[in-house]
Amino acid sequence: MPGSTSPASIRNFCIIAHIDHGKSTLADRMLQLTGVVDARQMRDQYLDRMDIERERGITIKSQAVRMPWQVREGGLAGRQIVLNMIDTPGHVDFTYEVSRSLAACEGAVLLVDAAQGIEAQTLANLYLALENDLHVIPVLNKIDLPAAQPDKYAEELANLVGCAPEDCLRVSGKTGEGVPHLLDEIVRQFPGPTGDSRAPARAMIFDSVYDVYRGVITYVRVIDGRIEARDRIRMMSTGAVHELLELGVISPEPTKAGALGVGEVGYLMTGVKDVRQSRVGDTVTIKGRPAKQALGGYKDPKPMVYSGLYPMDGSEYPDLRDALDRLKLNDAALRYEPETSAALGFGFRCGFLGLLHLEIIRERLEREFGLDLISTAPNVVYRVIMEDGIEHVVTNPSEYPTGKVASVYEPVVRATVLTPNDYVGAVMDLCQGRRGTLLGMDYLSTERVELRYTLPLAEIIYDFFDQLKSRTKGYASLDYEPSGEQEADLVKVDILLHGEPVDAFSAIVHQDKAYNYGVAIAAKLRTLIPRQQFEVPIQAAIGNRVIARETIRAIRKDVLAKCYGGDITRKRKLLEKQKEGKKRMKMVGRVEVPQEAFIAALSSSDSTDTRTAKR
Amino acid sequence: MELMPESVDRRRRQERAGDTDVPAGGALPETALAAVGQHGFGVYVHVPFCASRCGYCDFNTYTPAELGGAQPAGSYVDTVRAELALARRVLAGAPPRRVDTVFVGGGTPTLLPPGDLGRVVEAIDATWGLAPGAEVTTEANPESVDPAALRALRSAGFTRVSLGMQSAAPGVLALLDRRHTPGRAAAAATEAREAGFTHVNLDLIYGTPGETAADFTGSLAAAIAAGVDHVSAYALIVEDGTRLAARMRRGELPYPDDDVAADRYLAAEAALSAAGLSWYEVSNWAAGADGARCRHNMLYWTGGDWWGLGPGAHSHVGGVRWWNVKHPSAYAARLAAGTSPAQAREVLTAAERQVETVLLRLRLAEGLPLSTLDDVGRAGAVRALDTGLLDGAAYAAGRAVLTLRGRLLADSVVRDLLP
Ligand SMILES: Nc1nc2c(ncn2[C@@H]2O[C@H](COP(=O)(O)OP(=O)(O)OP(=O)(O)O)[C@@H](O)[C@H]2O)c(=O)[nH]1
Ligand SMILES: C[S@@+](CC[C@H](N)C(=O)[O-])C[C@H]1O[C@@H](n2cnc3c(N)ncnc32)[C@H](O)[C@@H]1O
Ligand code: SF4
Ligand SMILES: [Mg+2]
Repeated sequence: MPGSTSPASIRNFCIIAHIDHGKSTLADRMLQLTGVVDARQMRDQYLDRMDIERERGITIKSQAVRMPWQVREGGLAGRQIVLNMIDTPGHVDFTYEVSRSLAACEGAVLLVDAAQGIEAQTLANLYLALENDLHVIPVLNKIDLPAAQPDKYAEELANLVGCAPEDCLRVSGKTGEGVPHLLDEIVRQFPGPTGDSRAPARAMIFDSVYDVYRGVITYVRVIDGRIEARDRIRMMSTGAVHELLELGVISPEPTKAGALGVGEVGYLMTGVKDVRQSRVGDTVTIKGRPAKQALGGYKDPKPMVYSGLYPMDGSEYPDLRDALDRLKLNDAALRYEPETSAALGFGFRCGFLGLLHLEIIRERLEREFGLDLISTAPNVVYRVIMEDGIEHVVTNPSEYPTGKVASVYEPVVRATVLTPNDYVGAVMDLCQGRRGTLLGMDYLSTERVELRYTLPLAEIIYDFFDQLKSRTKGYASLDYEPSGEQEADLVKVDILLHGEPVDAFSAIVHQDKAYNYGVAIAAKLRTLIPRQQFEVPIQAAIGNRVIARETIRAIRKDVLAKCYGGDITRKRKLLEKQKEGKKRMKMVGRVEVPQEAFIAALSSSDSTDTRTAKR
Repeated sequence: MELMPESVDRRRRQERAGDTDVPAGGALPETALAAVGQHGFGVYVHVPFCASRCGYCDFNTYTPAELGGAQPAGSYVDTVRAELALARRVLAGAPPRRVDTVFVGGGTPTLLPPGDLGRVVEAIDATWGLAPGAEVTTEANPESVDPAALRALRSAGFTRVSLGMQSAAPGVLALLDRRHTPGRAAAAATEAREAGFTHVNLDLIYGTPGETAADFTGSLAAAIAAGVDHVSAYALIVEDGTRLAARMRRGELPYPDDDVAADRYLAAEAALSAAGLSWYEVSNWAAGADGARCRHNMLYWTGGDWWGLGPGAHSHVGGVRWWNVKHPSAYAARLAAGTSPAQAREVLTAAERQVETVLLRLRLAEGLPLSTLDDVGRAGAVRALDTGLLDGAAYAAGRAVLTLRGRLLADSVVRDLLP
């Protein structure tokens, strides 16, 4: 029972892996095997509950579940154990979710697809786990696949983790093979939580979610002491005190309990409507007997890319603001500030963890709040120092200062690329072309090479990943983390439409690439903007110097000349459809510009799809 | 072709939002009956048969093969007459004063013997009475008529013939899968005039892939030389689901080019006006003041009432539009059972009527009174005037009339004149 489980009978662990290596599917088997989800309720990737997760087949939010397990084999056979399992996301944009989850655990199951082997996020997540002093069990998954090569990859994985190949467990999340043994090993190898059950209560907030019906739900892991259902809790960072309405565990639905003790993971409900009252990384204690020292928190995730979000219909601006406020409640990484654009009107400059994060937020705004949005091409943050010493932080290219600039700094990342050795040359070419600096290269096995680069973040946010995949036939994988900034020779390229600069199209690019960029974007816009009743010149310019020019010829014919006889209804419906199409256009000066042009202009490929090809 | 089970049919019908079922007897709401024929009354007769299907055509028409080899010839006219009887019952409370126009279209009406077409006209006259000087048109495919047939049509009461010429260029006719030879359409037009028809139309299609500027001026010259008093010229439309569309999708043929179509249109305007035919609707040119205009089509474009007989035919009476089931067997089955062949109807809202008025009238040389526009529309009209799409003199006189450039951009002007 929650609140009375001895720490020795608790195992807290998370499942970490490269994207798609099968974390959520393995979690499914655990849910079934431990009986918390029965066959009737079961569905694939049970813990991917959000529509967007299910549609895209990826995990975005970590999910913690409490499961009972009776050890089947070995010295501990028969022991009754409480497992707290956290399924984590694999996509690099959501690495911060993984680090939060790790801090609530003593062990990590490092999963590797036995048909793919080690990939970039395998490394990244392993290092994160080791930094957090977690015990790691290496596991090969998908051994049911005909293409699986468990022996080969056990070798690779063992090398990486520093164990014997036999220590790599083998499972199939699909068939369930090896999963009971894995659970037994989790009990045997991972330590139980340690903590002082008599000390004043301290619980770490590792997630905090807003629910329309129940208000804020706070997920905690108790480190010391215990929290009881009747307690009044206190947030150590703010001192705010809240009445507890409910406390419980997730199994996998919220289940009320009387108390949470040392090492236990569960939720608290206070009826508070504002998630900021319950900040991730904060420590919860009890008002009656407060702890003196808070636990070490988490670093707030920093936005990596910015993009302007504008309602198609200017009158929806307040709705957009409300919707962002609501999404923010569940998404600590989302940042936004009001801004205005001459071309697009009132909107918000939003900070995201990456393009997938951007795409998901945008999609949720459109779907869950019925908004119709324009997003501008994503950009990174620049620090511009003027000759008079004044510093500007530029999150919107159109705000790039015009005076005398002394120096400009751009963010850089430390990128890790894993690739079969046949493609090392291709990867190096790509990174060189993106202003990369090689930091080092290692052979993880005879075939698999790890390349480490410093790269400007701006060079990898659009299409780097697509390029990497296409140059390596899909075999390379990428991970990156912020790594400070570097001085760079950057210029602002403006786009003029019909002679008028369009702020939403401005971009900051490296001096050496400005010309190519200007030519490419002008050509791209020519294909994206439909012909108008007049000729529309498109120019790319640096300051007053035009570096590229294209022309959209005037449309000469826009009439259906065929008679439909008496079927006037069809004509009318056709017109209505045309008018709908017109509504998807934004008037920029006198020019009608389709929504997609604002974001699609920058991608060199035909789509801006950052989806990781799946299912 | 298998008939759809009734339940599927009904579900399909309701897919169009706003469309409603039609009572079995086809009865119309009182409001519709209140004003029958106020702006003229016409009858359209659809003949849904063709010898073969042209690759570009998406009309409701069937080849003998598609109908299982059996062409219901004589019985077809009887079925149409059954619908006419139903129409008479539906309009019994408020019959139109007289019938101003009759238009027999297709398909290929001239696949039926002239006597059959004559019997339809006779029945219409017997039902509501043809007005003195009524316009009675039939469409005809050039290869399906000869002097004798044309004379027979003339004496059966037809006053006007519309021939599907499409082109005089062999390559273009071949690409369009037409059955007639290059000179045949003009020859048929001459034969029609000799048979006593003063009103003869030739339909042209321009912008067919592979058609040269010279091909089209040649077609125009041939039409003009035939001495007809009416020409319709349509830009080739690639309709979904046609063979032509499939060939383009597969890359076997290039898609029509809008700039080429614009050039062709200007060539049509130049040649036809030089020959004394002036435009009165975006795609239609007629000789003289207005005697040569197609009055039946004008009825469509000016909010007149008409009853459409035949499978898939559309009707409009007093603000109610409806359309018949498309397949000839389904159509015949409905009538045999004594029920209306209408598949669905829509009762136009005031807003929809306004859209239609602007949409249709703006395409006419008379244009549209500015007073019919709301504020948004008037602002749009000012813009269109500024950009040279509306005629200045007409505007000063209170009408929105397209300039030549405006005719080519008529759809965008319409969008600008509507909320
Ligand atoms: N054959 C086979 N397929 C598996 C197995 N485990 C997972 N898959 C498939 O691999 C794909 C990815 O599975 P997920 O469980 O969503 O992977 P994930 O690691 O949770 O993915 P992210 O949350 O997006 O990082 C799905 O199509 C699964 O059906 C397995 O053991 N065998
Ligand atoms: C109802 S159809 C005439 C049918 C008649 N069977 C014929 O083809 O001669 C009227 C005219 O519409 C035109 N037309 C038909 N389909 C067309 C298309 N896809 N694009 C342009 N015009 C078309 C042709 O000029 C045709 O003559
Ligand atoms: S003859 Fe006319 S109606 Fe018949 S298929 Fe050809 S274009 Fe269509
Ligand atoms: Mg997952």
